[in-house]
Amino acid sequence: MDLGGINPVVLIATLMASAVPILLAALGETVVERAGVLNLGVEGMMVIGALGGFVVAVQTGSPVLGFIGGAVAGAALSLIFALLTQAFLANQVATGLALTLFGLGVSSLGGQGYNGIKPPPTGQLLPDALADLPVVGPIVFGHDWVVYFSIAMTAVLWWVLKSTRIGLIIRAVGESHEAAHALGYKVNRIRLGCIAFGGAMAGMGGAYVSLARVPQWVDGITAGAGWIALAIVVFASWKPWRVLIGAYLFGGITVLQLNLQVAGSGIPVEYLSMAPYLITILVLVIMSAGRKANGAPAALGQNFHASR
Amino acid sequence: MKRRNLLATAAMGLSLALTGGAFAQGLDKVKACFVYVGPIGDGGWTYQHHQGAMALKEKFGDKVEIQYQESVPEGADAERVLTQMALGGCNIIFTTSFGYMDATNAVAAKFPNVKFEHATGFRRDYPNVSTYNARFYEGRAVEGLIAGRMTKSNKIGYIGSFPIPEVIMGINSYYLSAKKVNPNVELSVVWAFTWFDPAKEADAAKALIDQGVDVIASHTDSTAPLAEAAKTDGKVIGFGQASDMAEYKDGPRVTSIIDNWGPYYIERVGALLDGTYEQKDTWAGIAGGEVLIGEITDKVPADVKAEAEALRDSIAAGTYHPFTGPINKQDGSPWLAEGQVAPDADLLGMNFYVEGIVGDIPQ
Repeated sequence: MDLGGINPVVLIATLMASAVPILLAALGETVVERAGVLNLGVEGMMVIGALGGFVVAVQTGSPVLGFIGGAVAGAALSLIFALLTQAFLANQVATGLALTLFGLGVSSLGGQGYNGIKPPPTGQLLPDALADLPVVGPIVFGHDWVVYFSIAMTAVLWWVLKSTRIGLIIRAVGESHEAAHALGYKVNRIRLGCIAFGGAMAGMGGAYVSLARVPQWVDGITAGAGWIALAIVVFASWKPWRVLIGAYLFGGITVLQLNLQVAGSGIPVEYLSMAPYLITILVLVIMSAGRKANGAPAALGQNFHASR
Repeated sequence: MKRRNLLATAAMGLSLALTGGAFAQGLDKVKACFVYVGPIGDGGWTYQHHQGAMALKEKFGDKVEIQYQESVPEGADAERVLTQMALGGCNIIFTTSFGYMDATNAVAAKFPNVKFEHATGFRRDYPNVSTYNARFYEGRAVEGLIAGRMTKSNKIGYIGSFPIPEVIMGINSYYLSAKKVNPNVELSVVWAFTWFDPAKEADAAKALIDQGVDVIASHTDSTAPLAEAAKTDGKVIGFGQASDMAEYKDGPRVTSIIDNWGPYYIERVGALLDGTYEQKDTWAGIAGGEVLIGEITDKVPADVKAEAEALRDSIAAGTYHPFTGPINKQDGSPWLAEGQVAPDADLLGMNFYVEGIVGDIPQ
């Protein structure tokens, strides 16, 4: 089953894996922004998670512990952001940008001595018998556990945000922190929890790059994936399933354009190179067009202090 | 306009004062500055430049002060970094990526007493700009021979960064050499449009592997393509690029092209110290020691290894040139006649594939 030299089964299987870092980070950021916090430090948290995960996995020999380590590292970095913005009421945009620079610098420093080491492999979850089935094998059964985790998280977050009490509280804090405060919710604590969750997800996404996608550590390994994740959150109107679509579109077209090049398609490479950005934005914008509100949480980016 | 003039004049005055303007007698102490396009920890291109800088430090000790900045984007930022370095008292500035060409020449115009050394470029607009490069295509020829001999699927791949002469030269050399030993070989080129993005480099390698390519050469800066090839349990081999990448020796890496900048940096700073510095255009290769071929591993059969080493030695001895005619361009028009060797100017401006490569070069 080949289309112009490209096997769609392999392509879909590849895109699901290559979209994981962006998907995880974007899901985390969705929760953060739904709680009314704009954390632009996703790239920094991802890269620190990539290093944290790599170091833990290499030291312990366990990739699962590595992913947990990545999540912890990302969450720890995000707590700096939480402290500055929630306790000291620093500007969220500036703090987030600083967090990215800080994360890149710290990871570069901490990563000295880890260049050129190979981490323990993150293999596929299910037995070969399933993964070798035609068509569904590679697409449905052939992945490592993080791919399934990322899809499960999409469903869980959708459900939590939509139908649970805690989701309602998070949204209330993000829409109107004054009102949430008047109802007796601890706005800053709820936001702190969301920020830490976002950090953990970004850290895990980063760890996926260094443990599974590229399997190695090099400085700046995430190379801008955090910014893509941030953009996808906005274009997906802060909705988890659309985040998934956005991440798969971006990951898919990135993989597709490289495959098209190898297959020798007649499309000029420049168009192929910009296609992932263009098509992802286009599709998500069209999806959210025609609605009155674009879905941005009303209190996004505003700090809250109980004395006001 | 006036303010800008004033600033420029002040800047010149400052640099004049700092450097003493006395190159003829040499300098007592040289501040050598390096602009890197990626992080030192990339394990490839930038890492090797930094190794060169370290060799410089080791050679001259207290007489040289090293300053460097990593991950400087090619463009307006580079000009800012260069200006800052020139104002900060750098005597010689090495700009280590092709994309710094305009910035290097623009800043050089404002600081005539600071020496600028641009790697892989060809523009020397001012007397204080020199260019240096290495004949990486010589190494590519050795890789191509191994690729042609080792491939089982007859599909070999090349991950290109940007469509500049440097990279196109490498692709052509790799292909010609592979074709020579294996007429059935087909080359797939993927353009990553980045020097450094490990995830994308890995994706590009994966795309090649998915389509049956079993020998991958890369022209990007990280070790990611080798890491991707390592996942295939030895079915796919690759090459160390810019640096030895020895950590993949027991895996896919069968040999490597090592950029060895140290001797050049030592020569140039040494010339600055003893007052013999002159504008230069340097393009050394395997013979000059700027390009080293890394150890060929046992994965390569002994006869192929011997053949590759013989090719390397004949290039070093000057008895063989990877671009020796007859060679046609991709469209079939003749480029080099029988026995004719490619002039350097043709190579430095190379913007065409040789006959047999499919696909177009992005313009």
